[in-house]
Amino acid sequence: MSGAPTREVARRVFADEFNDASYTFKESDDERAPVYVLLPTGERANRIFVVGTLTETEDVGEDSEYWQGRVVDPNGDTFFMYAGQYQPDAASMLRELEPPAYVSVVGKPRTYETDEGEVNVSLRPESISKVDEATRDRWVVETAERTTERIQRYEDDETNEYAEMAREEYELPVENYRRTVVGALESLEEEQRGANEVSAPE
Amino acid sequence: MTDLRTHAEEIQEQFSDQLDIDVDDVVERLETLVEDYQVPLNEARRSVVSNYLDEAGMERDQLGGGGGGNEHVQVAEVDEPEQWIDVTAKVTELWEPRSDSVGQVGLLGDESGTIKFTKWAKSDLAELEEGKVYDLGNVVTDEYEGRYSVKLNSTTTIEERDEDLEVGNDDVTVEGALVDIQSGSGLIKRCPEEDCTRVLQNGRCSEHGEGEGEFDLRIKGVLDDGDEVTEVIFDQDATEELTGITLDEAKEMAMDALDTEVVADEMSEGILGYYYRVTGPTFGRYVLVNDQERLTDPVDGEAALIRARSI
Repeated sequence: MSGAPTREVARRVFADEFNDASYTFKESDDERAPVYVLLPTGERANRIFVVGTLTETEDVGEDSEYWQGRVVDPNGDTFFMYAGQYQPDAASMLRELEPPAYVSVVGKPRTYETDEGEVNVSLRPESISKVDEATRDRWVVETAERTTERIQRYEDDETNEYAEMAREEYELPVENYRRTVVGALESLEEEQRGANEVSAPE
Repeated sequence: MTDLRTHAEEIQEQFSDQLDIDVDDVVERLETLVEDYQVPLNEARRSVVSNYLDEAGMERDQLGGGGGGNEHVQVAEVDEPEQWIDVTAKVTELWEPRSDSVGQVGLLGDESGTIKFTKWAKSDLAELEEGKVYDLGNVVTDEYEGRYSVKLNSTTTIEERDEDLEVGNDDVTVEGALVDIQSGSGLIKRCPEEDCTRVLQNGRCSEHGEGEGEFDLRIKGVLDDGDEVTEVIFDQDATEELTGITLDEAKEMAMDALDTEVVADEMSEGILGYYYRVTGPTFGRYVLVNDQERLTDPVDGEAALIRARSI
């Protein structure tokens, strides 16, 4: 065994589910222990990987640059991400990219509570890069598969501690996320059919 | 010095049929050589064994099955450095030694997979031939950057076997999104010292200190499929194929920018965030990429849709 700490897996999740993942927790008392958000389908996430359409970038900083990016998935739901001076690479990508563009984002989930007491979930990007449509499509199918697997484990596996935690922390039926999956795949199918019709010979 | 004691116990074991040796006595003899005379351990061991051989009136090759007392292991099982082991393996590849101190270097294979071997020039052993199978007694394991190898030394016994051996393929195939390009990627410098390939950190080799260094290309990346992460290493050829940037172009880029960092930045554009399938052998926790393919085929969501609708 090598002594190196294991790198956290980047979970695949649609924006609809991600934005509902407001509950955070640690697995140990160690100050440096990773913070996880609890996905409502019953999985912990300390990192996620997203591929979607960057629709808007804006410097929302007051004293120094602080970039907000909006990345939309096939359901039209939005991932919000924020990058400032401590994420210089991601910040400069947001500064330079011209929406709309397909981007991939690797990042850490972050939550904050608004004055109204609502918990907002966002992404602190580790990296943002421009990708192509084929990569986006691959991500949609992969994310659909991973989400479906989580839903099945949520329903079938009684020893799944994160499903147990999700039942306790959220009053959100996982059926919502099954519909999210179906919706994402249907809109991908429509897009692909549309593209084929356009390019089909007379 | 538990290390010496282990060796002493092994030596006692080697002679257990012929001599009644006291382990403490062996430890003492080894200690004298290693600590007082600063003799390398394997030389010390050879010297002590020679003494006992004389005492027993034996020839070196009478020592049981090459080393005796060592564990006979499969090469893929090697997972610890500085272990004295016996292997039966086929020489699958011989490489050009990079240094005069190396007699032969290449790959040994058995049913379990392959492992690098080095035979020192000064150990004065028989020449190994590619494609032949040998019983190798008393080789010592080594590790560098998570990658294991075996060293043939002056105590090693070599016996050719009159049979062939099916060499196992320990390649793995991994698929996933390239989610990270780690530091130490891009245009790097390796220590120019003979038989040292360590990557220089700030112009320094951890073993040989300051040095000019020789340029090389490498990408240390992370493939992630949402369930598992795998660290992968692209060597120069694989990096050129992955990025379309050659070593010469990379050097030029670095020269123009007066900075080698620009190369990794330039390389990550166009590869980071894309999906790949790679195949190659594993070294420790890394997969060394021999074959690579970017996954660009249009995906079909039909099966996923049917599954999601059915639950």
